[in-house]
Parts: sequence; C-alpha cells; structure tokens
Amino acid sequence: MSQAALSVVAHGGHSDDSGPRTTLGFWIYLMSDCLIFCVLFATFGVLMDATAGGPSGSRLFELPFVLGETALLLVSSFTFGLAMLDMQAGRQGRLVAWLAVTLLLGAGFIVMEIHEFANLIHEGAGPGTSAFLSAYFVLVGTHGLHVTCGLLWIGLMIHQVTRFGLDRITRRRLACLSLFWHFLDLVWICVFTFVYLRGFA
Amino acid sequence: MKPVQLHAPSRTFHHGNLRGYVIGFIACIVLTLASFGAVTTGLLPRGTVMGVLVLLCVVQLLVQLVFFLHLGSAPDQRSNTGIFVCTALLIAIIVAGSLWVTHNANANMMPTTMSVQRALSKS
Repeated sequence: MSQAALSVVAHGGHSDDSGPRTTLGFWIYLMSDCLIFCVLFATFGVLMDATAGGPSGSRLFELPFVLGETALLLVSSFTFGLAMLDMQAGRQGRLVAWLAVTLLLGAGFIVMEIHEFANLIHEGAGPGTSAFLSAYFVLVGTHGLHVTCGLLWIGLMIHQVTRFGLDRITRRRLACLSLFWHFLDLVWICVFTFVYLRGFA
Repeated sequence: MKPVQLHAPSRTFHHGNLRGYVIGFIACIVLTLASFGAVTTGLLPRGTVMGVLVLLCVVQLLVQLVFFLHLGSAPDQRSNTGIFVCTALLIAIIVAGSLWVTHNANANMMPTTMSVQRALSKS
C-alpha cells in the first residue's frame, strides 16, 4: 500500500492530506536551496574585492540592463501570482495563459543573462580572470540555472494542465512551482542589491 | 477505500487575493526603483548608500514573503514560517561569520613583502 493510502487509513479514511505535507516538504527543500545561495553569497562577499588587477564590478556592469532583467523577473512573479488566483477559481484557460506569459518573461530574463555573460567573456572578463569574477559567475549562473529549471517546469505544467485538467495532483504541483518561482525572485533581489548595486555604492 | 475527490477545492492552499498581489507588486516596483535611484542619482551621501540598499533589500524581501509567498502566523503557515526563521538565522550566521572571519584573517595576514624573522620580531 502506498504512503498516501496509508495516511488516508491512519486518518480514518477521512481525506488525503498529502497536499499540505508535500508543500511543507517542498518548502524545506527550498530552505536547503536557500543555504546553497547563502554560501555562494558569502563566497562572493569574501572575494568581492579580489579582482587581481582585473576589472571591478563598477566597470563591467550596466545597471539599466540589470534593471531590465530585474523588471522581467518581478513581472513574471506577479503573473505567476495571477495564474495561481485563476487556479484557485478553477479558470483553466486563463491559468494556462498566465503560465505562458510567465514562461515568456522568464525566457526573456534568461536570454538577457546569457547575452550579459557572453558580453563579459567577450570583453575578457570571464570566470578565469579573477576570484571576484569566478564568484560572480558561479552565484549568478546558479540562479540562472534555477530559473532555467523553473522554465522547464512551467512548460511541463502547461502541458499537464491542458492534458489532465485541474485535479488535485496538478494543483499540488502548481502550488510547489509557485513557491519555487517566487523564491527565485527573492534570490534575485539579493543578487541585484549585493552583486550589482553594491559595486557602484 | 473512499475515492479521492479529484475536483474538490482544497481549503489548505491559500494563494491570497488579487489585492494582495497588486499591493506587493507595486511595493516591489517602488522599492526596486528606490534602490536603483539610491545608487544612480548620487543624491545620498556616499557613506549611507550601502545602509539604505540593505534596508530596501530587506524590506522588499519581507514584502515578497508576505504578499507572494503568503508567509505569516496563520495556522496553516506556522510551520513554514518557523522553518523560514530558522533558515534565516543559519544564513545570518554563515554570511556574517564568513565575512567576519575572513576579514580578520586577511587583516592579520603577514604582508608578502615582510620576512618571517621581521614578522616574528614584531609580535
């Protein structure tokens, strides 16, 4: 007998409570992910001034461009929130539409980030240039990798919702994805402040 | 066994309301532009910019946690909030500790231009 079925029996066959427990478990995963980012931020903080004679952040980063990236991610977080409201109200068509908008905005963010990385490497400021740039590429790259995974997940959920409809399972998965996506925006706020703006402060 | 109700709306997931998301979104835009402006306009005295940036960042994190991630003291959110507070404590210890320890180690490191004998005689 599966774990979920066991829990139904244990609760007198009343109802399946795996939904909240799954989101709690996913939240614990997110907190462990948070610690990964925390260590990367600490590494960046330590190595920030170790430019080894290479360019520093204020010479490399273009703040208006980064503000554009921030705006894309923030708006995508908002559109995901709208998608969740439609999920709550059971409006499947609008849910899929908002998910698609979120997917496009997130993809725009990734394209801008790849463009930025390519520019830096082209200017000779690749990850091998200094400890500062190594820490920068690892931190921002890890965040970008997470966003890419999030995009794949959103695509998958669009498919699942159109294929299977809004049942208990897709709702639970969307709830986890919503936590994941908002969490990535939280991490980006810290990147925006402590990696980009700090270089100019 | 009782069939699982696939279409029963779940009471336990709360995803807020439109008003909450709009308030959070507008607050985030204002806070992001404020921290961007604090650096680019040069209106603030140099020493205070970093402090203002940290403050704006923390406020925006709290706004998103409350309005987007719906963290709070509601009964179904209490365990999430508790775990988050523990994690925040760990983060503070790791980040502040790393910066402190390595700053000290760096400040007390023997200059590369100094010989071992001179460094020993100075201490």
